[in-house]
Amino acid sequence: MPDRTDRLYPYARHPDQDAASPRRHPVTVVGGGPVGLATALDLGLRGVPVLLLDDQEGVGEGSRAICFAKRTLEIADRYGAAAPMLDKGVVWNLGKVFHEDRKVFEFNLLPEDGHRFPAFINLQQFHVERFLVDRIRTAQAEGAPIDLRGGNRVTQIDRQPDHTTLTVTTPDGPCEIETDWLVACDGASSPIRRMMGLDFDGRVFQDNFLIADITMTADFPTERWFWFEPSHRAGASTLLHRQPDGVWRVDFQIGWDIDRTEELREENVRRRLTAMLGPDVGYDLVWTSVYTFQCRRMTRFRHDRVIFAGDSAHQVSPFGARGANSGIQDADNLGWKLAMVIREEAPDTLLDSYDEERRHAADENILNSTRSTDFITPKSRVSHTFRNAVLRLAGRYDFARPLVNSGRLSVPCTYDGLSLTGADDLPGGPARTRPGSACPDAPLGDGYLLDRLRDGFTLLTIDAGAPDTLADGITIRRLALSAADDPTGALAARYLGQAASAVYLIRPDQHVVYRAATYDDTAVRRALRRTTCREDT
Amino acid sequence: MAKLNTRPNITAPDQFYAELIRTHEGLTDEESEALNARLILLLANHIGDAEVLTEALAAAREV
Ligand SMILES: Cc1cc2nc3c(=O)[nH]c(=O)nc-3n(C[C@H](O)[C@H](O)[C@H](O)COP(=O)(O)OP(=O)(O)OC[C@H]3O[C@@H](n4cnc5c(N)ncnc54)[C@H](O)[C@@H]3O)c2cc1C
Repeated sequence: MPDRTDRLYPYARHPDQDAASPRRHPVTVVGGGPVGLATALDLGLRGVPVLLLDDQEGVGEGSRAICFAKRTLEIADRYGAAAPMLDKGVVWNLGKVFHEDRKVFEFNLLPEDGHRFPAFINLQQFHVERFLVDRIRTAQAEGAPIDLRGGNRVTQIDRQPDHTTLTVTTPDGPCEIETDWLVACDGASSPIRRMMGLDFDGRVFQDNFLIADITMTADFPTERWFWFEPSHRAGASTLLHRQPDGVWRVDFQIGWDIDRTEELREENVRRRLTAMLGPDVGYDLVWTSVYTFQCRRMTRFRHDRVIFAGDSAHQVSPFGARGANSGIQDADNLGWKLAMVIREEAPDTLLDSYDEERRHAADENILNSTRSTDFITPKSRVSHTFRNAVLRLAGRYDFARPLVNSGRLSVPCTYDGLSLTGADDLPGGPARTRPGSACPDAPLGDGYLLDRLRDGFTLLTIDAGAPDTLADGITIRRLALSAADDPTGALAARYLGQAASAVYLIRPDQHVVYRAATYDDTAVRRALRRTTCREDT
Repeated sequence: MAKLNTRPNITAPDQFYAELIRTHEGLTDEESEALNARLILLLANHIGDAEVLTEALAAAREV
């Protein structure tokens, strides 16, 4: 096992701490979890000077996220951090569902061909965080203005009209820092949210989950196994999932009225594990913990110059792996917008669209993970009866299988009908690439489409004419493709559908703004202005 | 030839399921049971076809 408490960014005294008056920074990100690290990378790689403060000195203790979705890998790839994740991660496609020990059915995620990344990988969160820190180090060496400070805890904030003053507590005592923009990525119990007295309402699920990470010598297949009401009674439901380093995640649903300390005693954890694995399987405990889960979000994610991202803004139950995965999408959504506002390429109202889009996404994630939780842990007799009826029918009849819900795995949200989303003028165009959606990948000769949609706005043309660049306050680069670039037909299937040609305006976060069959200068400019909130200029 | 459709046919399964459970919210077990009976009768009337109904009754009992 790697040492999880590696001091990847040990505290070091900074000249800011000796300055006579507080130094001013354009952006400060608070929190070095996956979302804070991704936000700092996104901004830093765009050349925006970013200060990242974390109260720890390295990756988080303990075991949390293990399931990372394709979209997260695609975003990490834009940051140049995906290769080690893919190398280290475990790819799985086969899932099995059991009820009272009988296998009800199995499913194959049957990943669609023609994507650089698999639908999901299993990878411990601390590995993901470490790879992001590694990438911050190489980016710094390449000149990205990212300043990562460990052992820096924000303990007080004072909001002014044009900046925020932070009191930062360090091993050498407190110091003050000023920042134009503050991005709070300080986790579900967000101290910044509390300091501002903001609400965080939702539903607590009256259940506890005992998480055990174990190493086994037994040869279990690389599959996701989910048991409803197993007869070993070690948990009302149980999940077994493989991670790298020969580690397995076992997740027992253990009820509401429990004694945490008692449950976490090694002999009690072992009693459950042995009941489940049988007496002959040897294993070692790597990590155990008891969690309760909640689904809730802040009313608003933007409070003027303070912006919340990740778990500080929204929290979901883990079924469907929507926590870290959606937080990384927050970073992806915020980075280009904040960079444009700081460069004065767009008005700060652009940041309201972050709030709008990511609240919409949070609602979708909360809805999905609430439904999964309700299916897994039915709270009334009738819902329990229905749940078991679904499981029983699913063993025999296909129709009941889509109703079995042990987690709907995270996919990116489509910003249908939201403020930045433009018109769909492509008759016969596929629904999956309609305005608002995240661009699906497609093979292009020796590379992939998403490799070519980096950094700025792109005008993607497929068998359509258009100018090579378009300047309208900001510059749009054209990516001209034709049937010859589409060896597998995936590009046509995903971007043309019934259409013979297409023009797509694509945002820096690879979401579609607008599309049409042919290039229309006025329409493209209108869509660009709308999506950068410069409609009146 | 079986007439009962047992292939997936519900457009948005998760949404339907959530709605079904929500319909029972706040009811006692007896009230829920009675609601289910009314629901079955409503759906049966909608289906109408005697063969389909007979097959469905048998499938529910045998599975
Ligand atoms: C058991 C479990 C399983 C999960 N499985 C999955 C999964 O499979 N997939 C998935 O996507 N998600 C999963 N999640 C959710 C995932 O772990 C979280 O969504 C994710 O960690 C959120 O990242 P974050 O960066 O927003 O917050 P955090 O990871 O909580 O990071 C917050 C950071 O802020 C720092 N901080 C806090 N206060 C201050 C302060 N005052 N000053 C400076 N720094 C501060 C903290 O030290 C920490 O480093 C799981 C969670 C649990 C508990």
